[in-house]
Amino acid sequence: MNDLLWIFVSAMVINNFTLYYFLGLCPFFGVSGQLKTAFRLGLATIFVMLITSLCASFLNAFVLPHAPYLKLIAFIVVIASTVQFVEMLIRKLSPTLFRALGIFLPLITTNCAILFLALTQTSRDYSLVQGVSFALGAGSGFTLALVLMAGLRQEASLASVPEIVKGTALNMIIAGLLSLAFMGFAGLFSAV
Amino acid sequence: MTQPEPHLLLRAAPFLRRGLTTPGLMTEVILALVPVILAAVYFFGVSALLVLTATTLGAVATEWLLSPVRPRGVALRDGSAILTGLILGLCLPPGLALWMAFLGGVVAIGLGKLAFGGLGQNLFNPALVGRAFLQAAFPTALTTWVPEGTITEVLSVRSGTFAAPFMQSSVDAVSTATPLGVMKFENVATPVADLLLGNSAGSLGETCGVVIIVCGVFMAWRRLFDWRIPVAILASVAAFSAVVWVFDPQASPSPAFMLGSGGLLFGAVYMATDPVTSPIAPRGVWIFGIGVGALVVLIRLWGGLPEGVMYAILLMNAATPLIDRISQPRGFGRGRAAA
Repeated sequence: MNDLLWIFVSAMVINNFTLYYFLGLCPFFGVSGQLKTAFRLGLATIFVMLITSLCASFLNAFVLPHAPYLKLIAFIVVIASTVQFVEMLIRKLSPTLFRALGIFLPLITTNCAILFLALTQTSRDYSLVQGVSFALGAGSGFTLALVLMAGLRQEASLASVPEIVKGTALNMIIAGLLSLAFMGFAGLFSAV
Repeated sequence: MTQPEPHLLLRAAPFLRRGLTTPGLMTEVILALVPVILAAVYFFGVSALLVLTATTLGAVATEWLLSPVRPRGVALRDGSAILTGLILGLCLPPGLALWMAFLGGVVAIGLGKLAFGGLGQNLFNPALVGRAFLQAAFPTALTTWVPEGTITEVLSVRSGTFAAPFMQSSVDAVSTATPLGVMKFENVATPVADLLLGNSAGSLGETCGVVIIVCGVFMAWRRLFDWRIPVAILASVAAFSAVVWVFDPQASPSPAFMLGSGGLLFGAVYMATDPVTSPIAPRGVWIFGIGVGALVVLIRLWGGLPEGVMYAILLMNAATPLIDRISQPRGFGRGRAAA
């Protein structure tokens, strides 16, 4: 149980995918302009990561032992198509949920953070439950970073930022400072 | 001939004014820092003064050079760059090489403040940005603590201060551990009296608890900051650490030790209270303070670092826009404000 909690916290804040590994930066910068969309993208990411983790566990158990060279291809293809399939399912079963996650589901599927999740889970030999915990932690961490970033960006949009820094440069600076602040979590619970 | 005093003054509201301007506020805060600076010089000698000078010079020079306010130098008049430099200096270790301290001042103002458009627009506390940058860039230098001295050693310069630019200090520095470091890695608590009187190693301004408390009370009385912030931080640190302490008094530090050690008092009084980077509404301020307190306890007790005040405040700075959003007061007679 403790182990699962540690995996969750570690993926969420200590080794935050965005602020520690610098993964998934395209949606991080692209969709953090508005708080609402940022939060929805975060939810979609948690969802996709959950599916990713399940798919990766399945592939690791049944397919990849026979064909290890297919790892990258198998992960990408299986994850992407499963997400597409689930998206269709959601559209039929719950139009409300579909409208909330909407365009973000296919958008996030091909992100580097997703592939990283599958590969890390494989290299660390996580069990099915551990993988789920890892995926939930990573997704929540991504959502946390995205929501914080969106709040900061909305605040900064009210400031009289110098012309030379405006736009991407300022976003990079904010992200860098946020990452600096997250360094405080380094080594959390490692002694326990 | 002088103009006769008019009998009737026509002005717009507000009519009762305190006459507090930005330069006035900055001056008062700087005055409230003077006792802390004196304590730092008393305990750490000339090195303290040199480090403070270096950070302040770095901050002021950057503000002069890069501030968008024209003509040059006008931006300096409000005194905020000096204040940032002093606060940054006071949270650095005494034996730090001067060029690193200068660089910290440059980053604090350049990246922490001017990149966002200057005074009042920054998202993170500039001094803490400088401190976090230095911590990431020179982790060894920032965690090398020299022991505190007495008045007889005031004139001695701590080794390492004059390291040439881009060089690390020589290794012969007499180093020691901070009370938090000793607690974390050897599980020995420093007596609380020593913490309050300053007989312990640490950053320049953080060792002498009594001076900080007195200055904090003075500033709260002058209403230079929102008194709720330090109260919320200190109370929540005491409460959270008391819970842990009750369950495991052997391995965990007492609430009194948690309150007196490290940069908590200094951070709660001088850094978390920055009006720009803390929430506006009282409810938000309480959330902010409790958040800082919880993060401090989390990082100190379970984190890899002995001290977490800096990161805790930075993280809550990052959350401040969101807190402002949820803590917006409701107008009387209105329903919930649409989020």
